Amino acid sequence: MSILVNKDTRLLVQGITGNEGLFHSKQMLAYGTKIVAGVTPGKGGEWVLDGKVPVFDSCKAAVNATGANASIIFVSARFAPDAIFEAADAGIPFIVCITEGIPVQDMMRVREYLDQKGARLLGPNCPGLLTPGEAKVGIIPGDIAIPGNVGCVSRSGTLTYEVLYALKLVGMGATTCVGIGGDPINGTNFIDCLRMFEDDPHTEKVVMIGEIGGTDEEKAAEFIAKHMTKPVVSFIAGQTAPPGKRMGHAGAIIEGGSGTAAEKIKALEAAGVKVARHPEEIPDLLK
Amino acid sequence: MKLHEYQSKQIFARYGIPIPKGRVASTASEARQIAEELGGRVVVKSQVLVGGRGKAGGIRLAKSPKEAEEVATQILGMEIKGLPVRKVLVDPAANIDQEIYLGITNDRAARRPVLMASAAGGVDIEEVARTHPEKIIKVHIDPLLGLRDYQARDIAIGIDLPKEYWKQFIEICHGLWRAYVECDATLAEINPLVILKEKSLLAVDGKMLIDDNALFRHPDLAEMRDVDEEAPAETEARKYGLSFIKLDGNIGCMVNGAGLAMTTMDIVKLFGGEPANFLDIGGGASAEKVAAALRIILSDKNVKAILFNVFGGITRCDEVAKGILAAMAEVQPNIPMVVRLVGTNAEEGRRLLADAKMITAETLADAARKAVAAAQA
Repeated sequence: MSILVNKDTRLLVQGITGNEGLFHSKQMLAYGTKIVAGVTPGKGGEWVLDGKVPVFDSCKAAVNATGANASIIFVSARFAPDAIFEAADAGIPFIVCITEGIPVQDMMRVREYLDQKGARLLGPNCPGLLTPGEAKVGIIPGDIAIPGNVGCVSRSGTLTYEVLYALKLVGMGATTCVGIGGDPINGTNFIDCLRMFEDDPHTEKVVMIGEIGGTDEEKAAEFIAKHMTKPVVSFIAGQTAPPGKRMGHAGAIIEGGSGTAAEKIKALEAAGVKVARHPEEIPDLLK
Repeated sequence: MKLHEYQSKQIFARYGIPIPKGRVASTASEARQIAEELGGRVVVKSQVLVGGRGKAGGIRLAKSPKEAEEVATQILGMEIKGLPVRKVLVDPAANIDQEIYLGITNDRAARRPVLMASAAGGVDIEEVARTHPEKIIKVHIDPLLGLRDYQARDIAIGIDLPKEYWKQFIEICHGLWRAYVECDATLAEINPLVILKEKSLLAVDGKMLIDDNALFRHPDLAEMRDVDEEAPAETEARKYGLSFIKLDGNIGCMVNGAGLAMTTMDIVKLFGGEPANFLDIGGGASAEKVAAALRIILSDKNVKAILFNVFGGITRCDEVAKGILAAMAEVQPNIPMVVRLVGTNAEEGRRLLADAKMITAETLADAARKAVAAAQA
């Protein structure tokens, strides 16, 4: 079992003929993900990936022809908001946006619109998600995780890979690993994922990887205290980050003295969460 | 990206917000000339990208053009919080009755822009937010609908603005909203917006922050960037698409991925060291990027050791190792290098680097310990 994606997910790739889109589509296909269609305006009618995947000019045409029920976006920041709107208007209920660098005001409009449409967005500026052994929707390297009973949710990419890999080395695996992305305004947050993991019968424990900036970890801590029966282990990156500086991710910034790692760790510990001092402690804390 | 006061106010003026008639000067004689043109008392204001200019003596009143020249001479020779003053704004002095705060920013938690005002203007608004939050009136704006008249009116009522100013105030709110949206600002702030003795409103000071991610559609704004506020290495890093932030320690860090880069700094500190920087080299690790990153790290003379921490996912570790070796051959650093490679083909990558006499590590903790020891040796 898993959350959000599984072996039945019918995936559409927006920007499938671009360098990144094509490269990662190949990787996803090799992992066993069902890619049913690609979209690149102007390239409709072509076939890619050894003739396995048809390309359409629009999301609407792709959905009509293939019944795609999830989309992943590999489109540059300039065009990504439009790609998200297009996917939502085509009726796709789950949209993953890998793109980094989308202007924050665009994301506010996107999020408002998607909420009205009832579509779920994961990202942007995220590595996507992986349900080991079933489906990889995004760029998480498939071979670093094995199926298991740990649900993972994270704001960071490579840091997540670290954790998945550390778990794999001790024989622990994941139900689903979700990268929610490093932007200040995103589609899916910690609480959304925690709720889904709490409801997923195969997830027995959860790893939550946060970082400085915003108050999502504090809100997640409140949710955990009130609603989670499953144990949660956490790590928060950025304890040595200086205030007022954006640490790579657009959302990783201590503003007006708020959003520090110390505040987040305090809130999580108060909610009964075990917080690792560094990522390699996580497997032990899960035992 | 931060804009100067004079730049922000020029933008506000384009959106119909009334600003003082002053101009910017980079020499004292220019300041005198502007003061002569304006006539009467003027305010000479340092243009640097930090708060607290007034307290630092960077904003001064002058009663005559001669005095404006003297004051400008002093201010143009100053450094405020480490930043040199290269320009002054010479504005006519205003006859102020009351000072108001008015600003629009992104409310991250609400995922919406928020319009804020306070009758306690002219002071640090974050200080007001801490000590008297009830004095700040806020309204969230639907990003799809935009600011509504009634919302601006509610704010005017909330700060007890006399009725005679409502019409002008609502126009200023709309101007500020349009400036915020059309410039992709993350903050557009008038502090203070003043009620003049002449019975009208005037934006005496202004500040804008622009979303770096949106600069691709604002080439005119991108040109306004003042690199004085950045460490030179940060400006250099941006050219190579590297995300770099200078810190005060002596262990240089080079990492792929922002979260992992922060974690690497944290673990260095956890094991008793001090990180010299944050550096995210992004996906993969081409020789060209690694070489640029190495040069930037080594430009800091405090750096006594470098810790590479790379997770090889889709980019395999042996490829990363080759990139590192090519960069080393080009830059030839003479301080100890600790490399931790993990993930796909890690063993092969480590073998390549060990042959090149680099210190290798398997775990994060091990890498941090070795880097701390190397920096102390």
